[in-house]
Amino acid sequence: MMAHLPLLPILIPLFAAGLALLVEHRRFGMAPQRAIAALSLLAQLVVAVMLVRSVSGGDILVYLLGDWPARLGISLLVDRLAALMVLVSLLLAIACWVHACAGWDRRAPHFQAFFQIQLMGLNGAFLTGDLFNLFVFFEVLLIASYGLLLSGGRAGRMRAGFHFVSVNIAASTLFLMALGLLYGLLGSLNMAEMAARIAVAPAQDRALIQAAASLLLLVFCTKAALLPLSLWLPETYAHAPGSVAALFAVMTKVGLYAMLRILSLLFGSAAGALAGFAGPVLLVAGVATLALASLGVIAATRMRVLASYLVLASAATLFIAFALGRPAATSAGLYYLVHSTFAGAALFLIAHHVRRHRHGDTTVAGLSARGWIVAGLMFLVAAVSLAGLPPLSGFLGKLALLDATREHPEIWLALLLSSFIILLGLARAGTRVFWKQAPSASEVARRQSEVPGRRLEVAATVLLLGYGLAIAIAAAPLLAYTQAAAAQLAAPAQYLDHVRAQTPTLRTP
Amino acid sequence: MELALASAIGLLTAAGVYLLLRARSFDVILGMTLLSYATNLLIFACGRVVDGKPPVLRAFAPPTLEHYTDPLPQALVLTAIVIAFAMTAVSIVLAIRSRADNGSDHVDGSDGERLQEARNQARQQRRKRRQRA
Repeated sequence: MMAHLPLLPILIPLFAAGLALLVEHRRFGMAPQRAIAALSLLAQLVVAVMLVRSVSGGDILVYLLGDWPARLGISLLVDRLAALMVLVSLLLAIACWVHACAGWDRRAPHFQAFFQIQLMGLNGAFLTGDLFNLFVFFEVLLIASYGLLLSGGRAGRMRAGFHFVSVNIAASTLFLMALGLLYGLLGSLNMAEMAARIAVAPAQDRALIQAAASLLLLVFCTKAALLPLSLWLPETYAHAPGSVAALFAVMTKVGLYAMLRILSLLFGSAAGALAGFAGPVLLVAGVATLALASLGVIAATRMRVLASYLVLASAATLFIAFALGRPAATSAGLYYLVHSTFAGAALFLIAHHVRRHRHGDTTVAGLSARGWIVAGLMFLVAAVSLAGLPPLSGFLGKLALLDATREHPEIWLALLLSSFIILLGLARAGTRVFWKQAPSASEVARRQSEVPGRRLEVAATVLLLGYGLAIAIAAAPLLAYTQAAAAQLAAPAQYLDHVRAQTPTLRTP
Repeated sequence: MELALASAIGLLTAAGVYLLLRARSFDVILGMTLLSYATNLLIFACGRVVDGKPPVLRAFAPPTLEHYTDPLPQALVLTAIVIAFAMTAVSIVLAIRSRADNGSDHVDGSDGERLQEARNQARQQRRKRRQRA
């Protein structure tokens, strides 16, 4: 059982999705589907914690699917980074699921099945050690995200959805082209094996390898929304329903994770002449994206658009951190990644909450005085965290990042200036939405009869903000973990040793 | 053979990119389909173009590498074909629904058309005013 641990985060949601399809809620009610989803999430949480525990000592688990040698067949690879990403996406998914159970899952016929398949795609993308398998899991999570985004939607969301689907299909096509070229050049698609072959590639092949790898990075930059490729993001996220938009906060992180994996493993210190490939270009593009995202935050007139641009800003900050290619910056970036996933998702849920209870364009009617204060406080915590003010997790993440980039004054300037602009935008949004005269009691009663309050939605938001508080309080162990993960990424040679040491054994069926 | 294959991939890609950049969702879907054909051919060609060799062990060929072609790209192409097929179906359904909801098969909904109409009307009004003057 322990030997098959890396496969469980993919198998559990797959089976849960199949079961959820069998007990369709229009015939059996919501309870069976929700019970299946709850059990699946719980089991995945146990597995994710076990994975983190088993790799936190520095082990790299390699799992050979079908017992083919890793250079030919499909393999899963779990290191500190992969285990952390699985755990973070799962914690986020639990909060989003609680939020959706307040009623959204009733409006979209197969919400629970799509949700589980989305988790399967996310876990698979984080755990795979094989580039083609990464493509397949990208497709799995994208197909599920189309379902989550579009089902139950109407005109506006259909239009935004068509953009999202087209951009992603075009990106997937490029991904396949890059895979074909890389396989033709290197003869393997296992990432650790490719790293060794890039290091000894003949000089005349280098330009082709660079071209193919650039295509690959282009795809990941599209998923993670780097500047010229980021125009699809705000529109799509602003049209997604609350809990789905919150779950999508981790989707840009998948692109960033894949980029970090490629840069550190394929073009890390062991890559010979191609070491440090694309770093400078990504750095400049990251700064430009940060500038655009900050301007977007201050120009946003709706809270969901604001939240979308904040997702863009956090992705840009992570591009800057990862493009430097130094363990200290990568480790700070990983902490910031965890923080921005939770805080960004929380803001989407708050925007959803405010929108449901908003009367007209001005005040948050439909909430009792206490509910109003709760909504305002939730926004305050999320905003302080996202703007990077002390004492919450955003401040710690940005502080670690600034500490790691001491000899780059231009990065300091970009980060601090963008934080200031984002702070202005958030403060303005907060005063506009929450600092209005409280609505009269009769109006509250009238609105409350129209829009029933949903305690679960508030609970999910509080849970996400609680994660943020937890990583602020437990910052030392988490930073120690991310430092160890970054150190592991900086030594790509040991990945190859682990992958090659895993030899297939003949088993009796 | 290489020349024919390479120019076929190039032509398909060029046509695909051109169609992908057009403003109607039908053209965009056709473009994506052509691009996926080009990609499938490209992956297939990356296993090297060889003539008359089997990808899996057969009785008539001795079991050494030079008598076989690389089977992996062919397996990859199979996966890619299935995924591209499914994605085309999804985007067609989405385009039909968007056409029904927004009343236009413009990729930006009806906005672009309305803008065009408004421009045309303004132009006509200006022309009328000029004629009156």
